[in-house]
Amino acid sequence: MELQDFSHVRAILEHYPPERRFLLAILQDIQKHYNYIPRASLEMVRDYLDVPLSKLYSMATFYKALSLKPKGKHVIKVCDGTACHIKSSQVIIDEIKKVLNIVPGTTTGDGKFSLETVNCLGSCAVSPVMVIDDRFYGRVAPSMVRDILAEYGRLENERA
Amino acid sequence: MSERDNRTVLVCCGPGCLSNHSLDVYEELKARISKTDIKVDVKTTIKATGCQGLCEKGPMLRIEPDDIFYTCVKVSDVPEIVEKTLLNRQVVERLLYHEPSRNKKVLSPKETRFYGKQMKLALRNVGEIDPFSIEDYIFRGGYKALEKVLSEFSPDEVISEIEKSGLRGRGGAGFPTGRKWRQCARMKDSPRYVICNGDEGDPGAFMDRCIMEGDPHSVIEGMAIGAYAVGSHEGFMYIRDEYFLAIRNMLHAIEQARERGFLGKNILGSDFDFDVQIVRGGGAFVCGESTALMASIEGKVGEPRAKYIRSVEKGLWGKPTVLNNVETWANIPVIINRGAEWFGSIGTEKSKGTKVFSLVGKVKNTGLIEVPMGMTLRDIIFDIGGGIAEGRKFKAVQTGGPSGGCIPESLIDIPVDFDSLDRVGSMMGSGGMIVMDDRTCMVDVARYYLKFLSEESCGKCVPCREGIRRMLEILNDICEGRGRPDDLETLAELGETVKEASLCGLGKSAPNPVLTTLRYFKGEYLAHVNDKTCPAGVCKNLTVYYIDEALCKGCGLCRKSCPSGAIEGQPRQPFAIDESKCIKCGSCMDACRFGAVKTRGRA
Ligand SMILES: Cc1cc2nc3c(=O)[nH]c(=O)nc-3n(C[C@H](O)[C@H](O)[C@H](O)COP(=O)(O)O)c2cc1C
Ligand code: FES
Repeated sequence: MELQDFSHVRAILEHYPPERRFLLAILQDIQKHYNYIPRASLEMVRDYLDVPLSKLYSMATFYKALSLKPKGKHVIKVCDGTACHIKSSQVIIDEIKKVLNIVPGTTTGDGKFSLETVNCLGSCAVSPVMVIDDRFYGRVAPSMVRDILAEYGRLENERA
Repeated sequence: MSERDNRTVLVCCGPGCLSNHSLDVYEELKARISKTDIKVDVKTTIKATGCQGLCEKGPMLRIEPDDIFYTCVKVSDVPEIVEKTLLNRQVVERLLYHEPSRNKKVLSPKETRFYGKQMKLALRNVGEIDPFSIEDYIFRGGYKALEKVLSEFSPDEVISEIEKSGLRGRGGAGFPTGRKWRQCARMKDSPRYVICNGDEGDPGAFMDRCIMEGDPHSVIEGMAIGAYAVGSHEGFMYIRDEYFLAIRNMLHAIEQARERGFLGKNILGSDFDFDVQIVRGGGAFVCGESTALMASIEGKVGEPRAKYIRSVEKGLWGKPTVLNNVETWANIPVIINRGAEWFGSIGTEKSKGTKVFSLVGKVKNTGLIEVPMGMTLRDIIFDIGGGIAEGRKFKAVQTGGPSGGCIPESLIDIPVDFDSLDRVGSMMGSGGMIVMDDRTCMVDVARYYLKFLSEESCGKCVPCREGIRRMLEILNDICEGRGRPDDLETLAELGETVKEASLCGLGKSAPNPVLTTLRYFKGEYLAHVNDKTCPAGVCKNLTVYYIDEALCKGCGLCRKSCPSGAIEGQPRQPFAIDESKCIKCGSCMDACRFGAVKTRGRA
């Protein structure tokens, strides 16, 4: 059971004429508001646009900006664009994996952090780069990872 | 109050500087200036601009008309800038840029090799104007080209002018823009659409973003001119959703353009109607491909279709459509204003004008640059880019993104134009230029792009979906030490097949990074396969880090930088790395000032 207020979905839908061309924009707005696409909202979109659920699912899984699972309270985006990659972004990702015990694309058990990799944030000059929520961290070294994450509160599996 | 006394401070708020907190510098300057009792005869305006280019030295700011530029500015520098430079016309030496070629500090951007060798057409206003101000754009000659075509040119004459200029698309393939427009204009069907491709999916590129963010009106003006030429009344800009600043600035610019009558009905009193709307991309690389992009605008899954019928004929909603890249559109007003002949005088025989690149990787001056076509890679990397960072050795430069290739040192004197890059197995692409040094593993780079493409392949056609995946498996094996001698041949064969048989440009070009690295860096592959070593020390399974006792001074910097506590030692005695704890991140190697940290193969 999803105990959530879906009145905002209605507001989003009413913002657009009921035409197929607005489907992606509608889903993006829902994603932005709820941080994911709740199942119930898909049913509302289906009724509004008269597009079958299967098509909606294929949209939600095709586009990376959309996710069917809720994201964590803090979203960590590590840039793995080419410039960051050759400046060892993979090592940063490995270090976060180790500290939080999650792989990219997933969320910690306590719902606190989601880890994602993204392509080029346009800050290649300070690569490797990572962003937590809206905060930028440039020239990240593996030894900084633990301290940066700790800014967001106690880490679940923190070593004593 | 004379004109000279008006001062403008341009604070760079491009993506690089923003992540270096330039917005704080901007706010602080604003606050200080409103508080300071600046003499009435000096009117000082503070502007947040788009990317000024030299991202490496950000946050940066310029003071006009004094022509002073400051680099690496911190909030704590602001009081001094206000006190000294703005109030008393003194220079803050410390913040000046040090020009390596002359080994001295310089005042003006023009005195640097970084700026001195560039030529800005598409970027003409980026970093010079406040992107929120249509007045700034108009002041620098904006919307003159639109006015000119509406009052002096027939649509056909516009197309001829663009054809004559020799402009080729800046989004990748380099298709002649005028020819594309001509084909569309010939169609009988209507309505027709014009589209701006602002999806910029290339991982390691941010040119289009900087144009949309820093000079949105140039794109709008270009599109309006294109629409007039092909008889379209409706335009779409497809912009990556992550580019929220670009979307914000563009939305604002569209509003302003409508208010001023540059968009909407009866533009500038003519009988030409045109308007643009923004569509946010959904974050899929393949949506940058023209037919996939159109499907995405229609609200569908962004899968490409085979191009038996071209989009100029049947594009968006099956109607004639012209789709061009952001930079292509931004060039249009320049060509109209200065003439096809002038534009055609820049560049090489078959590649006219300039090209914008994001110059990144292991180069000293990373940033956003624009150069005339035909400049050599060497000039770009060593003059503008200032050479390789940290005194390391140049190894390769990658152009064309995931569809491009890696160019080795032996070819560094080739001119940068569409055909020369094609000839060496790479391509122009949209303009990412990534410089690699001896600490970059070329096999890992090839694997990186394939991994990217295997995730981004839409899966519609088998050669691309399965072929890329098999190639990736082989590369994973090679990088992890399970490579076999016949792997290289299999890779090359698979690569040719994927190239040949894939449906769209994604698959057709996907093997390029592998094929070029195989061609130019075969020795490195062989070292991985036969000797089980990674010469660059990147592939973890094939690398052991160790400290050369003869070179180690026992300073302990390496131990401090190690995130996993794998380094032990006594001050002034050689340190040692505990292999069982080492995560092979290379932090120690970067930290060591004596080159004492080395790598060797596992064997
Ligand atoms: C997989 C793939 C991705 C592409 N991504 C982009 C992109 O992000 N931006 C872009 O302008 N062109 C991209 N292109 C090229 C477009 O298909 C198209 O050729 C181009 O936008 C046309 O504009 P132009 O003639 O002005 O270059 C891509 C092509 C392929 C095959
Ligand atoms: S590649 Fe990471 S910011 Fe550009």
